[in-house]
Amino acid sequence: MKKYKWLVPTLYIIFLMLPIYWLINMSFKTTTEIINTYSLWPREFTTENYVKIFTDSTWYMGYVNSITYTVFNTLISVAAALPAAYAFSRYKFLGDKHLFFWLLTNRMAPPAVFALPFFQFYSSVNLFDTHIAVALSHCLFNIPLAVWILEGFMSAVPKELDETAYVDGYSFNRFFFKIFIPTIAAGIGITMFFCFMFSWVELLLAKTLTATAAKPIAATMTRTASTSGYELGLLAAAGSLTIIPGAIVIYFVRNYIAKGFAMGRV
Amino acid sequence: MNKTINQKAWFFVVPVFVLVAFNAAIPLMTVVNYSFQETFGNNVFAWEGTRWFKQILLSERFHDALGRQIAFTFIILLIQIPLGIGIALTMPKKGWGVPVCLILMSMPLLIPWNVVGAMWNIFALPDIGFLGYSLNAIGFDFNFTQQPGDAWFTTILMDVWHWTSLVVLLSYAGLNSIQPAYYQAAEIDGASRWATFRYIELPKMKKVLTLAILLRFMDSFMIYTEPFVLTGGGPGNATAFLSIDLVKMALGQFDLGPAAAMSLIYFFIVLLVCWVFYSLMMKNEVKS
Repeated sequence: MKKYKWLVPTLYIIFLMLPIYWLINMSFKTTTEIINTYSLWPREFTTENYVKIFTDSTWYMGYVNSITYTVFNTLISVAAALPAAYAFSRYKFLGDKHLFFWLLTNRMAPPAVFALPFFQFYSSVNLFDTHIAVALSHCLFNIPLAVWILEGFMSAVPKELDETAYVDGYSFNRFFFKIFIPTIAAGIGITMFFCFMFSWVELLLAKTLTATAAKPIAATMTRTASTSGYELGLLAAAGSLTIIPGAIVIYFVRNYIAKGFAMGRV
Repeated sequence: MNKTINQKAWFFVVPVFVLVAFNAAIPLMTVVNYSFQETFGNNVFAWEGTRWFKQILLSERFHDALGRQIAFTFIILLIQIPLGIGIALTMPKKGWGVPVCLILMSMPLLIPWNVVGAMWNIFALPDIGFLGYSLNAIGFDFNFTQQPGDAWFTTILMDVWHWTSLVVLLSYAGLNSIQPAYYQAAEIDGASRWATFRYIELPKMKKVLTLAILLRFMDSFMIYTEPFVLTGGGPGNATAFLSIDLVKMALGQFDLGPAAAMSLIYFFIVLLVCWVFYSLMMKNEVKS
């Protein structure tokens, strides 16, 4: 039985790759081929769909918008979560447990519940259709997550590290930035990975809060699917391109993924 | 870790508190506001008391959506958790296989949710999709846009494809934290493969598995984008889960009062289940 153990993950990976292959396969086909024939690989290979995306600004700006608010959100979430996670991991204070659970409840709130009030709220403060509005709204679920992961990593660092530093005459700021942050660098990397991931894949809020100027690529795709008939090839090409940023991020954090999941409780 | 009591630690938490309160409390109050009132536009409101709540709780539409939601969440948990554990157990522990498995298995997690929906739509189309074409070729009458059963099958398969990896990664991390000494002891005692799993691996994975179930419950209960793009809630209302139904009511029909009441009931259900899980998790943590 041991001999065939590799079969299970292999079959699973094949199952995972099939729909992705199919999407990429479609993206290199011409529209006529897609509609008229069923084929396992493109008969008339074309890069026309990709050329269209890279030359039409409504398309490529979608990518720029998505990446912009995702990066904003990652930076805001991690910067705000760092001191908070430190407080939760090192100190007891009034209401700490309740606050922690309250933060987590926001991770549990269905975005559908918030879509309409967010729309009204951000419109009333004149932030509608800006990158910062989407970045801030994604803080709703990314900050609790970031605090949760970072707290796990920080609790794994013994408190003696802090105490020794203070004995050696370090001020809090110097200790925090010169010693503590480098110590948990891996944890910060993992946290950024998760913030990036959840902000990148979210569509409901991003779509609700934008019209044209900050419209995410995902929303551009939905529009294409609904208005201009069925441009499957173009849709497939756009979809294939959205896989790339995620793949790059995974490559960089591959060694930390399993460890980060375990240590950071996520 | 023994923590120092320090009330000044609140200052560290202030940025997070402000950002989340700004994002959660204000919109949530808007929802509460709508749920008790009737709106006539132009900021004219009339007090309605608990009428919307009664209306939602008694409506067949809500019961159906909730029923579908519970069935869906139950089925995907039943498939994903055992499958995820099984795959984690058979994954290589060292060598070149580890990064290859991790990278490839994480792929579905990082694809935007609507792309997942669109991808499965293309994949399952009966005439040009690999899945749909193959199923029809071997004799099944498969058409997920027409037949409710097929729509469910495709939605569930899509969710298994999308999220099983999360369970795999968590279980794998849990398994990796087991010291080799445990396995050696089991071998000396002549424990069977099942006994090793039942008495060593499973207890060690308890914490990450609770987390996996919690995360999968939350996210599957809130599922919106993927089935919306894949089936649009159809055929008919066959795959209209709670979020899809809610968005239809709030943004489609603009029934703000009932939609707000439904939002609160919905949120309350998720909160209740998560609170139970969270308490269980914390209890385990204190014990260990």
